[in-house]
Amino acid sequence: MSLDPSYLDYPRRGRGMDHDFYRYSNLFERAPIHWPGDAKVAIAIVVNLEWFSIVPNDAPFRAPGHMATPYPDYRHYTSREYGTRVGFYRLLDAFARVGANVSVATNAAIAERYPQIIADIVAGGHEIVAHSTDMNGTIATGLPEDAERALIAQSLDTIAAVAGTRPTGWMSIARSQSFNTPRLLAEAGLGYMCDWVNDELPYRFHTAGGDLVNVPITHELSDRQIITVQQNSADSYVEQIQDAYRLLAHEAKRFGGRMLPLNVTPYVVGLPYRIGAFERLLAWLADQPGAAFLTTGAIAHAFRDSA
Amino acid sequence: MREGEKDPGLYDFRPYRGRPALEWPDGKQVAVWVSPNIEFYELDPPANPHRKSWPKPHPDVVGYGHRDHGNRVGHWRLADAMTRHGFPGSVSLSVAMCQHLPEVVADANARGWEFFSHGIYNTRYSYGMDERQERALIEDSIRTVREATGQTIKGWLAPALTHTPRTLDLIAEYGLSYTCDLYHDDQPGEVHVKQGRLISMPYSLEVNDHYGFFVYNMSPREYADTLIRQYQRLADEGGTVMCIPLHAYLIGQPHRIRAFEAVLEHIAADGRAWITRSGDIADHYLQQVAA
Repeated sequence: MSLDPSYLDYPRRGRGMDHDFYRYSNLFERAPIHWPGDAKVAIAIVVNLEWFSIVPNDAPFRAPGHMATPYPDYRHYTSREYGTRVGFYRLLDAFARVGANVSVATNAAIAERYPQIIADIVAGGHEIVAHSTDMNGTIATGLPEDAERALIAQSLDTIAAVAGTRPTGWMSIARSQSFNTPRLLAEAGLGYMCDWVNDELPYRFHTAGGDLVNVPITHELSDRQIITVQQNSADSYVEQIQDAYRLLAHEAKRFGGRMLPLNVTPYVVGLPYRIGAFERLLAWLADQPGAAFLTTGAIAHAFRDSA
Repeated sequence: MREGEKDPGLYDFRPYRGRPALEWPDGKQVAVWVSPNIEFYELDPPANPHRKSWPKPHPDVVGYGHRDHGNRVGHWRLADAMTRHGFPGSVSLSVAMCQHLPEVVADANARGWEFFSHGIYNTRYSYGMDERQERALIEDSIRTVREATGQTIKGWLAPALTHTPRTLDLIAEYGLSYTCDLYHDDQPGEVHVKQGRLISMPYSLEVNDHYGFFVYNMSPREYADTLIRQYQRLADEGGTVMCIPLHAYLIGQPHRIRAFEAVLEHIAADGRAWITRSGDIADHYLQQVAA
């Protein structure tokens, strides 16, 4: 038994990364980033606002949170809708109480089906980040380039028509991309994306269609990861985010601005037995000296100004 | 190993009860070594017929990005915490890091950390290699680490824990003295090899941060508590080894590093720990205990 000899060839084994998307950079050796208002820690809340068809699509993959039982899966279809009808409004109220501007990663289907939600997001001063078409709009290698380009355009056009402004940011479902995605996003005129989780500050991302900014919204600090996947309690989630905040605030004294990404899901933290813990977290964060709630758009903008 | 047999014949059975005492320098009770895995995962690696590199079609953006966080962010945070509390690292190294990101390797070397091989990339597996290919992998590891750091590797942790039936014989033949691939004991012990002398170095899957967070789903503070309990028990028993295997992309996340620092503080303050490197433990054992 042996492997094909090419298995021991290492064509990209050289200085730097093994691709051309971005350059290596040590977080602790960069020029300090300055946030608006001289904030120390930018708190980037990204709410995922999703619409799941009761008929799921498995190409290229089934989105996390999608239908799980044989058809018709009332259980998951309605539980996700609960997040949109009820949980999301609890979140909007909670953000208003602490004066937080947030980003809402929105499926185009939400704009199409529920324009009232878009109006409420805009009225609250929040940003809309394009988040594909609906939860069947997953992206991965294998999705033909034309189909991916059309999916991105449909998402942006639909949201722009309802919201009145075109999103400048993008988040893929499950942060999943093909090799083409960054270029297609740049060609569609987007300025930033939130998919790559390799950093804790925005950084420059190169594509043949022009540069983008990546604003890393790590899955590690998401409610889905901590509560749904790791099955920690809402109180533990709050404690973990507070621990993260303290660490980042401490580092900000020496290294310049830091960013705390909070990716939250209406059908997870928006439930009656969890929302209280999340509201407590928001109030605690709002009380921290040097903390500022910034949208991912404002963060990408501050990065471009600093760079 | 005895290939194809039910018992691979890796080591003799030696029950924990009634063993001669194993002594650590200065009367310490437990040898503690911290093992950051410094790894490079490829975005688009070639396929190994025996194991898939990534669960998703390439590029697996989250899988790759998560690992890359370790080299951009996590390593620097973790290394700083370890140095402040007086813990050297014993690095399980994807040796291609020496070419890709030599600043990370140089930083670890400057801190007095030891390196052992964890393969070329953590996306290139040993499964299916013939002897010539496996020799090339071992020779590449020895040469690459020597050229980058001046160190001669003494140990091995198979890339992504992928082995062949001849791995242990070969690393012993090349003069390596310990393997981190066997999990049968809390003390070092002899491994049967065709030539040379090889010992098993207690590593740990159970208290590996990856297991803590993604197998047992622990919160950062629960994981820290687990490490302290592991330490307390092994220090009470004496003559033991405790390894803390880490990944900077996990333990170096902002919600986890402080809880982990409390563990380092606890162990450093306890006074019973020989806080050292895996190679030093191996050297001490090889001198103290006859084969």
